[in-house]
Amino acid sequence: MAKYKNHILVCGGTGCRASQGEEIVQNLGKVIEENSLENEVQVVRTGCFGFCEKGPVVKMVPDNTFYVQVTPEDATEIVSEHLVKGRKVERLLYTDPETQERVSESKDMGFYKKQIRIALRNCGFINPENIDEYIARDGYAALGKVLTELTPEEAIKVIIDSGLRGRGGGGFPTGLKWDITRKVEAEQKYVVCNADEGDPGAFMDRSILEGDPHAVLEAMAINGYCTGASKGLIYIRAEYPLAISRLKIAINQAREYGLLGEDIFGTGFSFDVELRYGAGAFVCGEETSLIHSMEGLRGEPTVKPPFPSESGYKGMPTNVNNVETYANIPVIILEGAEWFSSIGTEKSKGTKVFALAGKVNNVGLIEVPMGTSLREVIFDIGGGIKDGKKFKAVQTGGPSGGCLTEKHLDIPIDYDNLLACGSMMGSGGMIVMDEDDCMVSVAKFYLDFTVEESCGKCAPCRIGNKRLYEMLDKLTEGKGTEEDLTLLRNLSNVIKDTSLCGLGQTSPNPVLSTMENFADEYEAHVRHGKCPAGQCKSLMQYVIEAEKCIGCTLCSRVCPVDAITGDKKEPHLISQETCIKCGACYEKCKFGAISIQ
Amino acid sequence: MADIKLPAGKVEELKEVCKKLGNEGGELINALHAAQELFGYLPAEVQELVANEMNVSVAHVYGVVTFYSFFSMIPKGEHPISICMGTACYVRGAEKVLDEFKRHLDVKVGETTPDGKFSISCLRCVGACGLAPVVTVGDKVYGRVAAEDVKGILEEYK
Repeated sequence: MAKYKNHILVCGGTGCRASQGEEIVQNLGKVIEENSLENEVQVVRTGCFGFCEKGPVVKMVPDNTFYVQVTPEDATEIVSEHLVKGRKVERLLYTDPETQERVSESKDMGFYKKQIRIALRNCGFINPENIDEYIARDGYAALGKVLTELTPEEAIKVIIDSGLRGRGGGGFPTGLKWDITRKVEAEQKYVVCNADEGDPGAFMDRSILEGDPHAVLEAMAINGYCTGASKGLIYIRAEYPLAISRLKIAINQAREYGLLGEDIFGTGFSFDVELRYGAGAFVCGEETSLIHSMEGLRGEPTVKPPFPSESGYKGMPTNVNNVETYANIPVIILEGAEWFSSIGTEKSKGTKVFALAGKVNNVGLIEVPMGTSLREVIFDIGGGIKDGKKFKAVQTGGPSGGCLTEKHLDIPIDYDNLLACGSMMGSGGMIVMDEDDCMVSVAKFYLDFTVEESCGKCAPCRIGNKRLYEMLDKLTEGKGTEEDLTLLRNLSNVIKDTSLCGLGQTSPNPVLSTMENFADEYEAHVRHGKCPAGQCKSLMQYVIEAEKCIGCTLCSRVCPVDAITGDKKEPHLISQETCIKCGACYEKCKFGAISIQ
Repeated sequence: MADIKLPAGKVEELKEVCKKLGNEGGELINALHAAQELFGYLPAEVQELVANEMNVSVAHVYGVVTFYSFFSMIPKGEHPISICMGTACYVRGAEKVLDEFKRHLDVKVGETTPDGKFSISCLRCVGACGLAPVVTVGDKVYGRVAAEDVKGILEEYK
């Protein structure tokens, strides 16, 4: 293998690729050749670095210089300055927003300081399309250890002792699940990886599959050995083409190396993995629905028990775990249960990956020890709220979770604490909202999602959520009554209590948690016909304050429906009949002359 | 529904795929993915064909097709526009962007313009939340889209 003096790591995650990441790789390659450096420098497409806000990210190895917001045109300067002359390209370095100083290494950035990367250990380090790089980072060593040194019972004991809990949201102890599957006698058992990441605004699993696909394959093989299964299936969303392509490459490479297939490591253990595609149904994240979908059926859930561990795919015992859960397994086997359980809180061990998004300065993928507070995540790692606005709420757990507020910011994040304050861990989506977000509208947004995604099998979820949505819609139109509020709460509780699967049992959470934490906002909509955040279109209007308007005509030019009239240097006027409340004028006015009433 | 004549070459190709999948009902979703890839959408004729090949009833195929949002029974436009309505995009103003597309093209979500050029659909999170709000036209991704950018994006394809 050629030895290179320098490596240039270019983020090849979906986000960075969408901002011309691929062109950066091409241009770097070209310039390196022009400078005859192709034998000294290698350009590597890696998985996600996590710092999506500042993407595309390019990292120089060995000196670890971390360039942000790189464009294809910057390739020339990176090569000529950094590689040839040994000078850093200052303008591409990250600027610390507080000190205004340039920071060159990621370990000194606020975004990375508090992170511990276990599940994401290889994302942004290795080329996910090259199995040798995974092996060089102890890849498949855990599988080797389990197959040659441990009995299935011993390996499962390590996982049980580590305290690892399901990262898909439920938080069921992983080792226990494995043990149940192991104990059921059957001719054929299955290992399933749930990669049907459906929470809007969550991209943890996608990043792991794109950045470190072998970790998941290795863990599935370990699970196969522990539970006595010879077949693995990955159920992945069809919407993730890049992850699918990298998984396919990884599976083929692992087969070539004899790490999947017959008689692995000459131990007589055989295991292989196949892909199954989802087709856009949120409910298929629920394990019984997922199994039905893999069988070619409508993805409708069934009552548990029987649990998939006893009777799953094709009626056989099936162990279903989520991507992030699997990604933790090889490290736990190698480093030991004691090491893993030393991280985290009493009942939630290890780390958790979160997709931090919304109105926060540093959008990205982060991994923090359990027990980190929301404040640390949002303000230290996330860099606070965008545009200096005020923090209002953070939504965790996706459509099944709830909205937490200021008063919850110092609670250590773990499964039980989040549940206790009316939200949940979920798979790890974390959406930050600011003062401009209307919480009634947010609840409506989630219900819109649930109504669309409800499979329709049971009445409480199919009909109940639709009624909840209609009531919330009424509130945002300013037509809600006090009775609606009572009804909203009662119906929410009924849906929770009587729905068949996890989708319906949690779908009212966004309503209940916003009603609990933002009661005043609901009241404002009902009693005063006002939307305090100024977001509900029916309850607001844009008005130009004559004394502040200098008649620059900018607003009338950006108005898409010509609702603004007025002569140059004269105060303008918005026609309320024509206005579609798009807010374009409000955002453009440089004099703060347009207000929301 | 008017009878659509399916191109013979593609029909053969689909039959071939179904054969590879063992003509077995358990592989129905994979077969439908292949069919949609080939024909662009899944009209009744294609569903009948798949049902025959996979040895399941047409009703079963229809049930599956209508259950999953990825499958479409309406042909998409030449330039399919997808607006991400994931939460991250939503709180960063995706709804306004969607409204603007609807207004400019005068079609609703899930519809195609009469000239067949554009279709609008919503999707739930492409996972590029750092670029929110995100719009995709065909394979091209537009990040940090504001309502006033919509006109410009559409002009690129006119």
